[in-house]
Amino acid sequence: MTGAARCGAARLVADLARYPWLMSRAVGITGLGVVTGLGIGGEALWEGLLAGRSAIGPIRQFDATAFPVNFAAEVDAAVTVRDFVPKNYRKAVKVMCRDVELAVIGAARAIADAKMITKGITDGGEPTFAPNRVGCQIGSGLIVAEINELTAAFAKARDETGAFTMKRFGVEGMNELTPLWLLKYLPNMLACHVTIIHDCRGPSNTITCGEASGALSIGESRRVIERGDADVCFSGGAESKINMLALLRQHYTEMMATTAPDMDPGAIVRPFGTDAIGSLPGEGAAILMVESIETAQQRGARVYAEIAGFGATQSADLSTCPPKPDASGDGLADAIEQALRDTGIKADAIDAIVPMGCGQRQYDAAEVAALQTVFGLHLAKKPLVTTKPNIGLCAAATSALDVAAGALCVHHQALPARIAPGAVLDGLDAGATKQRDARLEYVLVCGSGFGGQNTAVVLKRHKQSA
Amino acid sequence: MSKTRVVITGMGWVTPLGHSIDAVWSRLVNGESGVDRITRFDAETFPTDFAAQVRDYDYRQFLRNPKAHEHARLNSQYALGAAVQAWRMSGLDQYPELNRKRVGIYFGAGEGPPAFENSVASNLAGWESGGGTSVDPKAWIAAAKQHIVMHEEVEQEANFPLLHVSQELGVRGPAYNCLTACAASTQAVGEGMEIMRRGDADVMVAGGTHTMLHPLGVTGFNRLTALSTRKDSPQTASRPFDLTRDGFVMGEGSGMIIIETLDHALQRGATILAEIIGFGSSADAFRITDIQPEGLGAQAAMREALDDAGIDPHKRLPDGRPPIHYISAHGTGTQENDSIESLAVKGVFGELAPEIPVSSIKSMMGHLIAAAGAVELITCVQAIRTGALPPTMNLKTPDPACDLDYVPNQSRQAKIDVALSNSFGFGGQNDTLVVKRFDGA
Repeated sequence: MTGAARCGAARLVADLARYPWLMSRAVGITGLGVVTGLGIGGEALWEGLLAGRSAIGPIRQFDATAFPVNFAAEVDAAVTVRDFVPKNYRKAVKVMCRDVELAVIGAARAIADAKMITKGITDGGEPTFAPNRVGCQIGSGLIVAEINELTAAFAKARDETGAFTMKRFGVEGMNELTPLWLLKYLPNMLACHVTIIHDCRGPSNTITCGEASGALSIGESRRVIERGDADVCFSGGAESKINMLALLRQHYTEMMATTAPDMDPGAIVRPFGTDAIGSLPGEGAAILMVESIETAQQRGARVYAEIAGFGATQSADLSTCPPKPDASGDGLADAIEQALRDTGIKADAIDAIVPMGCGQRQYDAAEVAALQTVFGLHLAKKPLVTTKPNIGLCAAATSALDVAAGALCVHHQALPARIAPGAVLDGLDAGATKQRDARLEYVLVCGSGFGGQNTAVVLKRHKQSA
Repeated sequence: MSKTRVVITGMGWVTPLGHSIDAVWSRLVNGESGVDRITRFDAETFPTDFAAQVRDYDYRQFLRNPKAHEHARLNSQYALGAAVQAWRMSGLDQYPELNRKRVGIYFGAGEGPPAFENSVASNLAGWESGGGTSVDPKAWIAAAKQHIVMHEEVEQEANFPLLHVSQELGVRGPAYNCLTACAASTQAVGEGMEIMRRGDADVMVAGGTHTMLHPLGVTGFNRLTALSTRKDSPQTASRPFDLTRDGFVMGEGSGMIIIETLDHALQRGATILAEIIGFGSSADAFRITDIQPEGLGAQAAMREALDDAGIDPHKRLPDGRPPIHYISAHGTGTQENDSIESLAVKGVFGELAPEIPVSSIKSMMGHLIAAAGAVELITCVQAIRTGALPPTMNLKTPDPACDLDYVPNQSRQAKIDVALSNSFGFGGQNDTLVVKRFDGA
């Protein structure tokens, strides 16, 4: 921020915010920019979850019938990013890979949902926030270059015998690639396009921690706002692993079900199922507007939920390749304990839990171990909100999507339906059920991603002030 | 009323100039170059065939159980060596009372290098079946099952250096990897400090690691025309702030530091190397390809870091010196960066700017991309500890747009108490750290 902006009262607020023991700056979620196979927007996710709809089906973006994974929850192909960028930015669309597109669509939806105006709203008017008070923390993954574009360059590098040669690649091969090729695939480009479109000049970060990326980004946004370096942040994650190489890599993680094209797509993902066979990939974005409660109240914004607590730890078992989750669940339990302490509540205050619940046995077992450590026998009374049968495991977006789902539960004071084909593990409230109303003061969102980063977020019901 | 103070108690690096703090530092002060022809792959016909490679490095020498890390890709191998050096220097390996749940990690680590040949073989098989216009998925997956190796793929995710280091050091606290291009490891150190200021950890292992010295990495930067193409003179190709600069030179490696709260460091009697007193972070929000021409984003990051440190950039110290005694520049050697960074430094420090030495070690070890910031922060600490300023080498022809004191071509002795380190990423993410001689509790 500029020196001038840090003068006087603003400076005092910013400095006080750096000392949470003097003045805690509460933070909440005021906009949901959700893109999933269930549709665009928080409403589409919520309605899909309430109705128990699944977006999982045969992969459409390429013929995946010979792949070890044949199904995914893909975003509607009719959705195009051009509809979500201001006219003067349409040229940049051609340097956006799919992950960037998802993030840009999510961000556009998020500000509309938060009733914010930025430079990115063509017919908007005065921006709601000064540019240097807006941050951006968007998680992303290992982005794969578009295969036909790259292979055309490889093809040019073949010699007379048809063999690829590096000497030809260095001249004819690389010249096939557009000059901006690299910039399409840098993981920070999600945040960069969003900051440029919406003119946000505050702290900007890109977390790349597998499935934990989205939740970690939300934790970062909260911390940036708490310490006074921004008032509002674009926050969350976006990723699509629905391309040939990424899909094969997903198979290699051993998190995914190995499928055959004739299987029933709706019956594969069974979170905490006694006969779980693995997860399925989804693609999507969850870009949330994470905002200080103070500014949200000043501008009369709807607060879906407060982010009352956060915890993050590291644990994984590297004794095998691919690495496995820490079977004891201790790392995730520590993250949950941190988040509860940060909130200032005991475990029994939690009314519902949104776990990762990916439907892979080892991951689910580690998660149950963690939850049992924290909740003991009370775990059976905590409803689990499982989203993966509906929207798949959406890589870097997944934990942010789970936070969005948790915020929607808190906001609507309701629990969605659960699709749970088959029996679930004893002692869990995770079986098939219809939607129902529920009194939800605190909801825990937690998970452990590939690579061992564990996260826990406590969402709290926001009492709108009169 | 004061912020939790955060100090540096360990440092380590694996760079093109060597693999220990002292060895690399003496070579930097001597102005040596780590740049040479690329040997990692046949780059002869590439527009750029030279880079600063890490050489003669075996990460296993640093490990208790090398077998556990046998699949580590180069980025993780560099991270392991640098982190273990830092850990040992901090003495935490000899501190049994350490609460490992209160030790976090914040890396700005880049992705692992791709398994290039395997992709070529699979993709071309798919291309031929696709009639030479697109990759046929069935042919691709059949070929991929032959060529592509599981561990080479899963280990490319950018959170794997974090996984390897956390396992080797046995630490279990908050864990993050950020990848904000060339700003990543500066941001990692800054946000790692903020985690401790918030009270969420006592110790953080922070830094970065990266290598893009593979065919696709060099291709990507060559297509952007970001690299020097001075193939006739690799050692003088990286010439930050020189009028004839024609792009950056790629480097690779890792820089890692151990940061901890002052209380924790004092309580265990640690040797304190320096104190981090300021962090600033901003976004240009300008263009993905260009830096904001007035350097407004860079200025904002510097101002915020100075403000955080309680330093007025225009106010001299009682002894007459400027408030900052050394700036480790981002100084990449591209036309755009070096002139705009100079402008930004002048914008922040005004008339004191010409009195502040500014240098770029990228002139010697190239640009370590995501790892650059952490390595350059270590440079600042070494400058404070040793009183030597590393030079900007290959600065022979002054550029009127770069009119600061760049410590050209020869190191210099100076009393350095407070130093500032800049990192700016492609896409406009800017981060600045301010580090200070530890002056007691």
